[in-house]
Amino acid sequence: MTNGKAAGTRTEPGGATASGAAGAPRRGVASRIVGRLGGGFVQAMLVLIALFWLVPTIGLLVASLRSTQDNAASGWWTVFTRPTELTFGAYSALLEKDDFVDSFWNTIMITVPSTVLVVVIASLAAYAFAWMEFPGRDWLFLAVVALLVVPVQVALIPVAKLYGRVDVGGFTMFGSVTGVVLFHVAFGLPFAIFLLRNFFAAIPRDLLEAARMDGGSEWTIFRRVIFPLGGPAIASLGIFQFLWVWNDLLVALVFADTGSQPMTKWLQSQMRQFTGNIDILAPGAFLSLIVPLAVFFAFQRYFVQGVLAGSVK
Amino acid sequence: MKAPKDGVPPAATAGGAAAVATADGTDGPGGRRARARERLAPPSWLAMLFLLPSLVVLGFLVVYPIVYSVIRSLFDASGDSFVGIDNYTGVFQGENNLIAVRNTAIWVVVAPTVTTILGLLFAVLTERIRWATVFKLVVFMPMAISLLASGIIFRLVYEQDPDKGVGNAVLVGVHDMFAGATRYPGAAPRGGGDQPVRAEGGGVVTAAPVQGGRSALLPLVRVRPENLPKDAKPAAQAPAARPGQITGTVWFDFTRGGGGTPNVPNAGETGLPGVTVEAVRDGKVVAKATTRADGTFTLRDVPSATVSVRLPADNFTAAYRGAEWLGDTLITPAIIASYLWVWSGFAMVLIAAGLAAIPRDALEAARVDGATEWQVFRRVTIPLLMPVLTVVLVTLVINVLKVFDLVFIIGGGDPNANVLALQMWTVSFGGGNDQGAGSAIAVLLFVLVLPAMLFNIRRLQQERR
Repeated sequence: MTNGKAAGTRTEPGGATASGAAGAPRRGVASRIVGRLGGGFVQAMLVLIALFWLVPTIGLLVASLRSTQDNAASGWWTVFTRPTELTFGAYSALLEKDDFVDSFWNTIMITVPSTVLVVVIASLAAYAFAWMEFPGRDWLFLAVVALLVVPVQVALIPVAKLYGRVDVGGFTMFGSVTGVVLFHVAFGLPFAIFLLRNFFAAIPRDLLEAARMDGGSEWTIFRRVIFPLGGPAIASLGIFQFLWVWNDLLVALVFADTGSQPMTKWLQSQMRQFTGNIDILAPGAFLSLIVPLAVFFAFQRYFVQGVLAGSVK
Repeated sequence: MKAPKDGVPPAATAGGAAAVATADGTDGPGGRRARARERLAPPSWLAMLFLLPSLVVLGFLVVYPIVYSVIRSLFDASGDSFVGIDNYTGVFQGENNLIAVRNTAIWVVVAPTVTTILGLLFAVLTERIRWATVFKLVVFMPMAISLLASGIIFRLVYEQDPDKGVGNAVLVGVHDMFAGATRYPGAAPRGGGDQPVRAEGGGVVTAAPVQGGRSALLPLVRVRPENLPKDAKPAAQAPAARPGQITGTVWFDFTRGGGGTPNVPNAGETGLPGVTVEAVRDGKVVAKATTRADGTFTLRDVPSATVSVRLPADNFTAAYRGAEWLGDTLITPAIIASYLWVWSGFAMVLIAAGLAAIPRDALEAARVDGATEWQVFRRVTIPLLMPVLTVVLVTLVINVLKVFDLVFIIGGGDPNANVLALQMWTVSFGGGNDQGAGSAIAVLLFVLVLPAMLFNIRRLQQERR
């Protein structure tokens, strides 16, 4: 038993980079079970699980770095014995495709406004719910919470019809970037309002009242007090919304046309021939996931906060 | 352990700030302040102004669509004639629809449960591991990337050819490690009478019994050249057998360019390595061996009585090519597995936060009372975790009902993978063009999440109280 516990505290591969857990040991129930099972066994199992989680993504990356011929001839893992065959050929070929590059810009044109709009509109509403009095406030907030779980599917047909009718001076909402953005804003709002209201409501009352005593208008208080203090919550909301919109396929599939389609929809259109198109799909998928991955690693604590702040849509 | 500690819900973080403020603040006797508060409170029309953008967007793009969908679901494809509940009964008619309903049921029952269990397992196992942060980042990472990218990643994993799909490559590797990789499908004894070996039950057996201390020749023909291993050597005469042994040769009795005596290992003929050889007596296997590179084998500890030498059938079955991941039966489990890959991190992070919040005293008290570790886990930890586990489960059920991307991308339109959320898109946008039926499925999905909606509202009201 002692042996097992000693093994449990041994440094494992990757242990050098771990930071938080190196602190004071806690004697939780789980840790005792771990001790009983034998730390070495558990560690080995976790390494195996971590590999299981990593290998698929590594596979995509390696496949994207191999030539079409190599991918057709052998599995991506053979590069570990012949590393010389890696090439950026598939990437440069992909970046020469105008429709792919357009779809990349469309993704940004859709994601950034959706995120900014949700943050601004939801903060205003959340401030009103948290710090202003009006009749029916609690009922209205309950309604917003109720909307949290509404499946996107229920709005696809009606909104498509609605957008079809918006046709002003040659601009049709259906198939436009604006239409996609608005839809994302609508379905981002309930979660955003819910998250921000809870955060704003916990801001010290004295701060607000002091500001009101000083004669600050509600708009000033919102801008000068609430918005800066809400930083962390707004950050997690922003990251959340960004990832949600960036990664969306279904909404784009319905509301975007070939001129306004984001990367996900473009990639989907290349799926018909999976094996034959692997030299497009692998680098394309990797390019589409590298931005969210960077955002995730840069801001992971805000992302985790967003996840913990309540049920995800 | 970094993620969950940093990941305190915003409300709790801000709650900490509030506590500090109250400590040094001057919350004097209520009267005067309350009046001041009333005087300072902004008018309600201003609140409405702040709310207006949200209400307009939500009204037009979420609330109105719900109403519209309900009404639209009662009309036919053209939208002109009222059909009552026909669209709803239609969801449960026709083979494709029924498969979608069945698969959705499987998804809702299996995926959230297994994801939660995995999350609990990971959260518990990483509690005292030094590299927990790294582990959690790795498992949580798929949450950040698109389901489309995850779908492409898993299409690659599930490629049928074990030389392309890593899933089958691993399966075949593990299988061959235990079952022996070398196989000669199609290989058989030479036809005609008076041969030293004959086919029997898919395998090959010596025509005459063999005595211990003797040698046996087992010539085979119709070996496919692509099945000959690279390390195969020219067939050799069997080494002399000692008492209690039987030796022999299994070889490809075919001389390139003709010639050579049949049933004798001539020069230029190849031994068949890796063939399982058994000595059988009265239907029971009494000794076992595997052929060497030159096709020779030695069966040891053979009883002195006569036995027959057999090459069992699995030497001649086709090589194992892995599972048909995207075949009719495995496709839904395979897609659910990819879902686990994406969402286990979510469950793990929430549960780890819940685990960290359990008061140590409760656990210690149980231990002092003499409870075993398992009892503590089962009777104290799990009940205290129940609220978190419920939230995780409910969130995942809502999410699973809407599962679209993974099924669409990995399933690639295979009706055996269909689920309601995908069927909704297919019938209304993806070629079906029946928005009445599509609306009915959408409303059905909406009705299915209603219990979760009530759960959320009740949770909120309890927090308020």
